[in-house]
Amino acid sequence: MPDLLAARSQMAVSLGFHILFAVVGIGMPVLMIVAERRWQKTGDAVYLELARRWAKGTAILFAVGAVSGTVLSFELGLLWPSFMKFAGAIIGMPFSLEGFAFFTEAIFLGIYLYGWDRISRRAHLLAGIMVAVSGAASGVFVVIANAWMNSPTGFDMIRGAAVNVDPIAGMLNPMAFQQTLHMTLAAYAATGFAVAGIHAFLLLFDKENAFHRRALAIALLVGGPAAVLQPLSGHHSAQVVAEYQPAKLASMESHFVTGRHAPILLGGWPDMDARRVRFAIPIPGALSLLAFNDPDALVKGLDRFPRRDWPHVPTVHIAFQLMVALGTYLALVALWGGWLAMRRHDHGSHRWFLRALALAAPMGFIAIEAGWTVTEVGRQPWVVYGVLRTADAVTPMPGLIVPFLSFTLLYCFLGIIVVWLLYNQIIRSPRPTEWSRRYSPTSSR
Amino acid sequence: MEPAILPDILALILALSLAAYVLFGGADFGGGVWDLFAFGPRKQRQRDVISHSIAPIWEANHVWLILAIVLTFTCFPPAFARLGTVLHIPLSLMLVGIVLRGSAFIFRSYDSQEVRAQRRWGRIFAIASLVTPLLLGISIGAVASGRVVENPGGDFAARFVHPWLTPFSFSIGLLALTTFAFLAAVFLTMETTDAELVEDFRGMALFAGVAVFGAALLSLSLAPGQAPLMQEGLVASAWALPFHILTGVAAVVVLAGLWLRKFRLARIAVGVQVLCIVGGWALAQYPYVVPPDLTIAGSAAPDVTLRLVVGILAVGGVILLPSLFYLFRVFKSGPADRPERPARGHFNG
Ligand code: HDD
Ligand code: HEM
Ligand code: HEM
Repeated sequence: MPDLLAARSQMAVSLGFHILFAVVGIGMPVLMIVAERRWQKTGDAVYLELARRWAKGTAILFAVGAVSGTVLSFELGLLWPSFMKFAGAIIGMPFSLEGFAFFTEAIFLGIYLYGWDRISRRAHLLAGIMVAVSGAASGVFVVIANAWMNSPTGFDMIRGAAVNVDPIAGMLNPMAFQQTLHMTLAAYAATGFAVAGIHAFLLLFDKENAFHRRALAIALLVGGPAAVLQPLSGHHSAQVVAEYQPAKLASMESHFVTGRHAPILLGGWPDMDARRVRFAIPIPGALSLLAFNDPDALVKGLDRFPRRDWPHVPTVHIAFQLMVALGTYLALVALWGGWLAMRRHDHGSHRWFLRALALAAPMGFIAIEAGWTVTEVGRQPWVVYGVLRTADAVTPMPGLIVPFLSFTLLYCFLGIIVVWLLYNQIIRSPRPTEWSRRYSPTSSR
Repeated sequence: MEPAILPDILALILALSLAAYVLFGGADFGGGVWDLFAFGPRKQRQRDVISHSIAPIWEANHVWLILAIVLTFTCFPPAFARLGTVLHIPLSLMLVGIVLRGSAFIFRSYDSQEVRAQRRWGRIFAIASLVTPLLLGISIGAVASGRVVENPGGDFAARFVHPWLTPFSFSIGLLALTTFAFLAAVFLTMETTDAELVEDFRGMALFAGVAVFGAALLSLSLAPGQAPLMQEGLVASAWALPFHILTGVAAVVVLAGLWLRKFRLARIAVGVQVLCIVGGWALAQYPYVVPPDLTIAGSAAPDVTLRLVVGILAVGGVILLPSLFYLFRVFKSGPADRPERPARGHFNG
């Protein structure tokens, strides 16, 4: 395995692993504070049990998120020293802000998790709110750094070095707004649907369980609206990509030949050598319309770019289609849920709805991995789009396959343990049988 | 603000955040070391106190390291690139240690309380707590010895191994390990109300204090040949003598405090002592971030960046320091094992 490929793979594995936990760190605190607030308002102990059970799970996931994030901060230098030498002064800003967000998050999470009986109820809820706010802020800041890699601003290139550095302009780069919006929504949608899916699945077997019913209601409240907004935000993302990274857009859509009235291709396998897509269903004019609001707009194809500046088209294309398909499913299920709620239907008793939710449990997370694949693989061969090539940023250290395999194994091991622990200690453990008997349909929502 | 002193200010902040990491994060690692070396009939109770006192705070303490990393790559990008390249091997190993320490600790708290599971995670947690400080110390020792240089012509060993694989680096590794263990034991004396356990921790602290002294002597004796910069700074410079006196006094006060069971005094003095050790390193290395060639001024990011970072630190500090204070007040104002403390997160009402 060539060193560059090993470095890229190590980065991809580390980020792909970290993002799962980071997303939970953004989403779960919101669920916990909603449950805790409801407990404080209604005095219904089921809500307290929920908040505590969720907090236990979050403690495990947060710790793994923190250590895998630490690995990432080092890896920026271990794998991409020239990138950091070039970019550190420009994108250090969002990272420094992120550092503070981590700090507040870690402090208040400690207080939240271990302070149940040490501080007042109000202080405890407030600590939860601080965790939720700073979790979202950490995500936003680090994604701003990533958006800068996609649309770098705030410096001038003179003889291979960045001069006239303006870190604020770097933060206000053109991709920053849509990427942070889309990512934050993704975090709420993915966590909300994962939690809803798990409790829906359990309700299929234990339908009177008030514990799961209340959990389901809260999770849908957080995940549902985000999932409905996500395709709109994604559409906006695509328009910004069309403007600033036309080669990425062309790869997402496997759009090889520049032209007006460009179609969207559903499915299919792009052949980079033949420069065409096999087995796809075209929707004529749809790409021009979606990307530029005009069915006759000119959409640049990959033919406008030298072959050495292409990303790996099939990966980007398939990842993009996967994300959109999953996003559509989640949005539809969310709309269905909203419709049921409007008709005062009881979510917890609608078996088909529960089945649809159970199926959706992993989908948000898969969509997130797919979306990042689009963003990151689609940016190749650049690490900083149009400015610095990934191949020029990699460390001179040879034998990178060794750390790549080691960290991959380590993460597989951790992943298995985390799933096993969550299953044994959180999902399955002490069955709150008494809640099932206290079930009453009206108070479950 | 005078631009020329701006890089120095950031270097100072960087040194302070590393010192904070050593002081707080270091004590958490030291706790893991004592988990490994828990002894006698009260072994299990020692481990429980250690675990309770680390649990709520280790993640916050850990962020000091991240702050140091972020400050390095934002304010001194060439230094970060150099460290990542030349110290790839020890830093990667250290990361494995950090990952295993953190996750094994949390797995132990949440896995079944059955003895076998507890033992397994406990062992990983403890070993990782032992290895990580060693590797951190080795990396710092390599920097201090001025061997972290790019050497594009050299072979693999010359470029990526010899810079850090030296007796001096290892002596700093030992110094880090013993210091962390010392810190932890001193702090632990105040984490329990159980008089027997207090005596156990006091014994550990006294033992570790002697070990720190030994490791420090070893490093100092190796410095002349292998770390000329440290030798010059710590032995020959004008500030060396007062500095050593301060460090020495602090060390004596800690030991005396332990001996006389004045634990509060010992806790304050150990903080001073550790600040002196980190400060001595930083001062001896001045004006270099990564000796022998990357100076603070020469590798600093543009002034705009530095100024913004100072601004962020100031604003962030206003939120952060009171929050940290609150965290420690909630969990550290009394012993960690006070009786009304409920079992982790269990529903009990
Ligand atoms: C729950 C997860 C999720 C869902 C349902 C969707 N996405 Fe997404 N998408 C992400 C999660 C995500 C992501 C992982 O969060 C990305 C990666 C980078 C980013 O900012 O967001 C992303 C990136 C991303 C990009 C690339 C942005 C870039 O390269 O900077 C586009 C064009 C879209 N998305 C478009 C869509 C569309 C049209 C969707 C319609 C259903 C959609 N996404 C659903
Ligand atoms: C290069 C990319 C990244 C780096 C260097 C990085 C670094 C880190 C670090 C060091 C931590 C640990 C903080 C602690 O100790 O509490 C962390 C945690 C976190 N990161 Fe990342 N991160 C990256 C990507 C991301 C992305 C893309 C997101 C989200 C959208 C994200 C969101 C978070 C969140 C919410 C946490 C809090 C801990 C948790 O909930 O698990 N990070 N990250
Ligand atoms: C957490 C969500 C993220 C995921 C899942 C992700 C995924 C990936 C993947 C798959 C690659 C390999 C691409 C390839 O080489 O083909 C990659 C590379 C990289 N990513 Fe990300 N990424 C994420 C966020 C970020 C963020 C927030 C940053 C920085 C601020 C970042 C910085 C990098 C760098 C420096 C590389 C290596 C250079 C390159 O391959 O272009 N990533 N990431």
